[in-house]
Amino acid sequence: MTALVLLDHENGRIKQPSRSAVAAAAKLGEVHVLVAGTDAGAADAAARLPGVARVLRAADVAYDHALAEPLAALLVSLAGDYSHLLAAATAIGKNVMPRVAALLDVQPISDIAGVESEDVFVRPIYAGNALATVRSADPKKVITVRAASFDPVAEEGGSAPVADIPPAGGGERSRFVSAELSKSERPELTAARVVVSGGRGMQSGDNFHLLDPIADKLGAAVGASRAAVDAGFVPNDYQVGQTGKIVAPELYVAVGISGAIQHLAGMKDSKVIVAINKDEDAPIFQVADYGLVADLFTALPELKAELEKA
Amino acid sequence: MKLLVPVKRVVDYNVKVRVKSDQTGVELTGVKMSMNPFDEIAVEEAVRLKEKGIAAEIVAISIGPAACGETIRTALAMGADRGILVETEASPEPLAVAKMLRAIAEREQPGLVIMGKQAIDDDMNATGQMLAALLGWPQGTFASKVEIAGDTATVTREVDGGLETVALTLPAVVTADLRLNEPRYASLPNIMKARKKPIETIKPADLGVDPAPRLTVLKVTEPPKRQAGRKVGSVAELVDKLRNEAKVI
Ligand SMILES: Cc1cc2nc3c(=O)[nH]c(=O)nc-3n(C[C@H](O)[C@H](O)[C@H](O)COP(=O)(O)OP(=O)(O)OC[C@H]3O[C@@H](n4cnc5c(N)ncnc54)[C@H](O)[C@@H]3O)c2cc1C
Ligand SMILES: Nc1ncnc2c1ncn2[C@@H]1O[C@H](COP(=O)(O)O)[C@@H](O)[C@H]1O
Repeated sequence: MTALVLLDHENGRIKQPSRSAVAAAAKLGEVHVLVAGTDAGAADAAARLPGVARVLRAADVAYDHALAEPLAALLVSLAGDYSHLLAAATAIGKNVMPRVAALLDVQPISDIAGVESEDVFVRPIYAGNALATVRSADPKKVITVRAASFDPVAEEGGSAPVADIPPAGGGERSRFVSAELSKSERPELTAARVVVSGGRGMQSGDNFHLLDPIADKLGAAVGASRAAVDAGFVPNDYQVGQTGKIVAPELYVAVGISGAIQHLAGMKDSKVIVAINKDEDAPIFQVADYGLVADLFTALPELKAELEKA
Repeated sequence: MKLLVPVKRVVDYNVKVRVKSDQTGVELTGVKMSMNPFDEIAVEEAVRLKEKGIAAEIVAISIGPAACGETIRTALAMGADRGILVETEASPEPLAVAKMLRAIAEREQPGLVIMGKQAIDDDMNATGQMLAALLGWPQGTFASKVEIAGDTATVTREVDGGLETVALTLPAVVTADLRLNEPRYASLPNIMKARKKPIETIKPADLGVDPAPRLTVLKVTEPPKRQAGRKVGSVAELVDKLRNEAKVI
C-alpha cells in the first residue's frame, strides 16, 4: 500500500496543511510525495519531511501556478503505482483532486478528519454538525485532508531520494493570468497557534486594525467571519468557516462575531475559544471557554493594554 | 450561447440538522429544504449573463427526488428558461451527478456550465471539477468574478492567499463562490411566469448512468459537543485566565 501526496509549496517550503496531509497518508502505508513546478528547493524540503520515502519532482513551468488541468493530468499519469492519492484540502487540493478522481472514475473522499483503515474514513458533513464514517469501494482512493484534524509532520528529519518525472500535458485550454495575494507578516491562518478574528461587529476595515496590536502581541493570524468579508472590511482569504478556512489553533479569539453554524464549522475544534460580544445571548458564547460580554470598542484597547503589561 | 446551471435541493442553511439516534443519517423529515445557496449564486450569474446578451438560453438541472422540481421552479422564477429533472430516489454522489451532467452537456452543447462550488449538505466541493474533467473542459472554481469575451472566460478565483485570475477557453465549467454576486429574489410575476416554463423529466438510465454509490455510509454521528465555558467579568480577568488557567498566552 503506497500513498502519493500532492504537496502545496511556496518559496522552497512545504506548506503546513500539506505536512498534515503527509501525516494522514502515513496512517495508510508508505508515503511518496509529488512536488510540481520550478520552485527551487521545494523538492529538497519535501525530501526532509519525516516519513517520506520518495519525492517525485516535476520541475516544469506548466505547474508553477498549480492549475488544475495540467496538475490533474500529471497525477493521473502517476496513479498506476498508488493505492491512495491525497492532498490537503487547500484551494489547490480542492481544485485538483476531484478532477483527478473523475479521470480515474473514482468518487473522491473530501476533507477527511479521520483515517479508520485503508478504505474507511471520517468526514464532516452539514457544516460539521455531523460526522460521516464512509467506506470507499473504489480500487483507488482519492482524498483531500482536513489539515486541522491531523498534526503536521515536522519540517526536518527525513532524507528521501528525489526522482525527476516528465510533464504530462493537459494545460492547453487554461492559462494563469494574474494573482492578487494578500501580503502579511503574520502567520498563515491555517498554521497559526493563535487566531484573532473579527466579525460584522467591527463595523469597518479601519476598525479591523484594532485587532493588529493584539495579534502582534500574541503572534496571531487575523481571520474574519463571512459578514466581515462580504462587507469589504478584509479580503476573502481571511474567511473562517464552512466555506472558508478551517482552523484549530490553541487559542481562537472571536470579536464581534455572532457564532453562526457556518462560522463555528471553521473554528470549533480550536483548543481554547474566547468570545467578545456585546450581546450576552450571542450563540458564540455556547462554544466559548471564556466569554466577555462587552463593547469591543472598549474591550480591545483594554486588552491591548493588559497584554502589554507583560 | 447556452448555459447549464445544475441546482441541488438541500436542507436550508438556517436549519441546525440533528443526527438520527440510530446513526444512519441526519433527520430530514419535516425539515425546510431550499436551493443550495451557492447554486442560487450560479443561477444569478447565468441570468446576468443573459441580461448582458452573452447568454441566449439558461437550462436549470436538478438530480434527485421529484421534489427537486421545486428547486428547478425557483431557478425558472429567477430567470432560467427551462428545466431538466433527473429523477432518482436519493441524491447521488458527485461522481454519478457529474456523469449525468456530462451526458446532458453532450446533448445540449452549452458554452458554459455554472454551478455551486459546494453543496452545503455533503460539503463535497467536487462535482464541478469532476464534470469539467469528464468533459475534458477547463475549470474556473471558487469564482468571484466571471467575464466572457469571444471564446474565453476570464475567471477570478478565491484562493487561500487571496485572488487568482485564470483564462479558460470555452466551453468550460465555472463554480460560484460567495462573493460572485448577490442573488435576486424572484418577483411574484416571475414566479407566475415560471409555472409555464417547461421542465423535462428523465431517469438516470436515459442518460446511461448507474447512480449506485461508491461510498457506503457506515454511520453518522454527532461531533463531540463543546461545553460552554464561563463568562468573565473584565478584560483583566480574561487575560489572567488565559495566562494562568488555560496557559495559552
Ligand atoms: C452558504 C453559506 C456559507 C457560509 N459560509 C460562512 C463561512 O465560511 N464563514 C462565516 O463566518 N460565515 C459563513 N456564512 C455566513 C453565516 O451564516 C453568518 O451570516 C456570518 O457568520 C455572520 O457573521 P458575523 O457573526 O460577523 O455577523 P453577525 O451575525 O451580524 O454578528 C455580529 C455580532 O457582532 C456583535 N457586535 C456588534 N457590535 C458590537 C460591539 N460594538 N461590540 C461587541 N460586539 C458587537 C453582535 O452582537 C453580533 O453578535 C455562510 C452562509 C451561507 C448561507
Ligand atoms: N443532485 C444534484 N443536482 C443538481 N446539481 C448538483 C447535485 N449535486 C451537486 N450538484 C451541483 O454541484 C455543486 C457542488 O456539489 P458538491 O460537489 O456535492 O459539493 C452544487 O453546488 C450543484 O451546483
